[in-house]
Amino acid sequence: MLTALIALGFLAALIGLVLGYAAIRFHVDSDPVVEQIDALLPQTQCGQCTYAGCRPYAEAIAAGEADINQCPPGGDATINALADLLGRDPKPLNPEHGVHSAKTVVIIDEQLCIGCTLCIQACPVDAIVGAAKQMHTVIRSECTGCDLCIPPCPVECIYVVPLQPTINNWVWPMPAEPLTAEARHD
Amino acid sequence: MTESAASFTRPKAAGFDRLYTFHGGLKLPGHREITAARPILSAGVPATLVLPLQQHIGQPAESLVQPGDTVYKGQLIARQVGTISATLHASSSGTVIAVEDRPVPHPSGLLAPCIIIKTDGLDRCLEQTDAAADYSHMDRGELCDRIRDAGIVGLGGAGFPTQVKLGRSERRLELLLINAAECEPYIACDNGLLQERAAEVIEGVRILQQVLLPDDCIIAIEDGMTAAEEALRSALAAGNETGIRVTRVPEIYPTGGERQLIKVLTGREVPSQGFPADIGIICQNVGTTAAIYDALVKRQPLLSRIVTVTGDGIAQPQNFETLIGTPVSHLVACAGGYTQDVERLLIGGPMMGYAVADDDIPVTKTLNCILAVSHGEMPAPPPAQPCIRCGKCTAVCPADLLPQQLYWYAHSSNLDAAQDYNLFDCIECGCCANVCPSHIPLVQYYRHAKMEIWAREKQKNSSDHARQRHEARLSRLDRIKQERAERMARKKQALSSDGGSSDMKKAAIDAALERVKRKKEQAGTPPKNVDNLTPEQQQLIAAADERRQHKNESD
Repeated sequence: MLTALIALGFLAALIGLVLGYAAIRFHVDSDPVVEQIDALLPQTQCGQCTYAGCRPYAEAIAAGEADINQCPPGGDATINALADLLGRDPKPLNPEHGVHSAKTVVIIDEQLCIGCTLCIQACPVDAIVGAAKQMHTVIRSECTGCDLCIPPCPVECIYVVPLQPTINNWVWPMPAEPLTAEARHD
Repeated sequence: MTESAASFTRPKAAGFDRLYTFHGGLKLPGHREITAARPILSAGVPATLVLPLQQHIGQPAESLVQPGDTVYKGQLIARQVGTISATLHASSSGTVIAVEDRPVPHPSGLLAPCIIIKTDGLDRCLEQTDAAADYSHMDRGELCDRIRDAGIVGLGGAGFPTQVKLGRSERRLELLLINAAECEPYIACDNGLLQERAAEVIEGVRILQQVLLPDDCIIAIEDGMTAAEEALRSALAAGNETGIRVTRVPEIYPTGGERQLIKVLTGREVPSQGFPADIGIICQNVGTTAAIYDALVKRQPLLSRIVTVTGDGIAQPQNFETLIGTPVSHLVACAGGYTQDVERLLIGGPMMGYAVADDDIPVTKTLNCILAVSHGEMPAPPPAQPCIRCGKCTAVCPADLLPQQLYWYAHSSNLDAAQDYNLFDCIECGCCANVCPSHIPLVQYYRHAKMEIWAREKQKNSSDHARQRHEARLSRLDRIKQERAERMARKKQALSSDGGSSDMKKAAIDAALERVKRKKEQAGTPPKNVDNLTPEQQQLIAAADERRQHKNESD
């Protein structure tokens, strides 16, 4: 009886020590779920989800404050991936936040730009270069298409342009659905 | 790994002597007799050449010419960008009239950047400076550099830059395999090449042997290529060549596929997602070998290739020696134009080729066949019907995959599952779609799924990049804010600490004044403008001096 008690007590103390050490040694500051959610979001930082960027939205999803269908740039692909990760049912995109569209970028009409730097301050990924009273321009390869630079522009010289498909980003279209038995009968 | 390790110990004499079989495959009617029996004709110099900047796998080349520039035959007009890329040369002399987007041979029908040359018909070459250079003294690096500078890519269809393939093998090379097993129906350009230029091909193989130092070297041809085999054997005999063997492989589609050919000749399998070099084998197309001969012996970059123009829709089917950049319409005109029955125009063969809407596209380095089919010989497939799970596709798949499952997952966009079923080992040979009783365009589903996976990967990379930039921006803004706060805090502290140390401050100011005063006295600066003074002025000065004296004394 006594041996058993001592043995159990010793084991408890040992395991407690190991767990205590592990809690300090392998401590993670941030919530790994937030990282995983953030990795699935498109990183446009557009704020259409009503949060300040993709990471705050990821934090809100992890905390259960936001739903998974609030990201228009990600569309169904992102919703499905989030549903998969979080073990929830996929649902259609909430139209309150916008509609999913093909990726776009913005261009600045350099003739009209007055060099106010307001768009530079608005750009979440530093994709606009320029200086005060100097012409600004968009680095097209860095633009995420968030359109956050458009509202602050005082002279409305920023336009949205769709990305043209090239032979390098073209995707072979899915073939037409096979005919169903009913369709063949008709 | 165990298999390849075992192969090292295999005695060389016993290796690669018998033939093996691969899973599946199809016996297809060849349709090559007409073109293979006729000589190769030259397609001549067309009025305009359209040279796409991307004719290879990897990064597009970068144009070095401007509209209005005069170019000579063989002149470098676009340089390679990055390691996996290829250079581009003017295939004839003339004037560059534009560098712009034009339709290119691609299933999408989209435009891509091209250099357009209006030819002058003179075919003027640049003067060769080192024509006498002999390749037999060159080392591996120099040979690879010359192959790179000639813009040579795999001419079998994939267009992988050849020097990258040659430079990649680090382990000992057991077998150099020259692929002349042209298995797809209708295509006969390698067949024609061997019949007419067998000696040059063998010289090219010798150069490859010098680069790669393989233990063994096999030229693989198909059973039906009798004339080509005779030409090869007589060229080998004439050259007293013993290090190169010619082996006939059965006429089963797709024996000419790299992985299938290796399986047939060696019994080994290239690892999934791996390269033949991983098992000590390098496979080169026979056309590439001829291009290497041209580059090192004739000192001529890749300017032309052989294209089979065939099908019931072509008046005079023929192989043509075609300048890269020649419009397909020009080539069709050389072959007597279209017949009345023409229905569809395909680039490539009937199994792996794709239909194009227009013949206003150029011949590229990888374009081996132009097939104009009539309704009778290749009717458009009827509408697809549901899969009945018959399993015929699985029986014919030469990559030993499960086409049915792949179709299922590709169809439902379950891309992860498709990858689990080794989607990327599919060689898109088209056997499964060919035998499908429901006429499901299976290969199109696989192509869609592959490209969708690549597109998602690209998107993932670009969103990761955007996240990095966003985080960098946030941390920069944070840093600026913090620095400003620190500056303000310092200023505030300086202001608030004023009251306590006013005595010290006064002492410091006094000390400084004292220093200035002493300096002035020591320097004894003489007063200026004191020459030629009037007596009144002298009196005033004296009075001032006296006052100063008086003041100093009173201090």
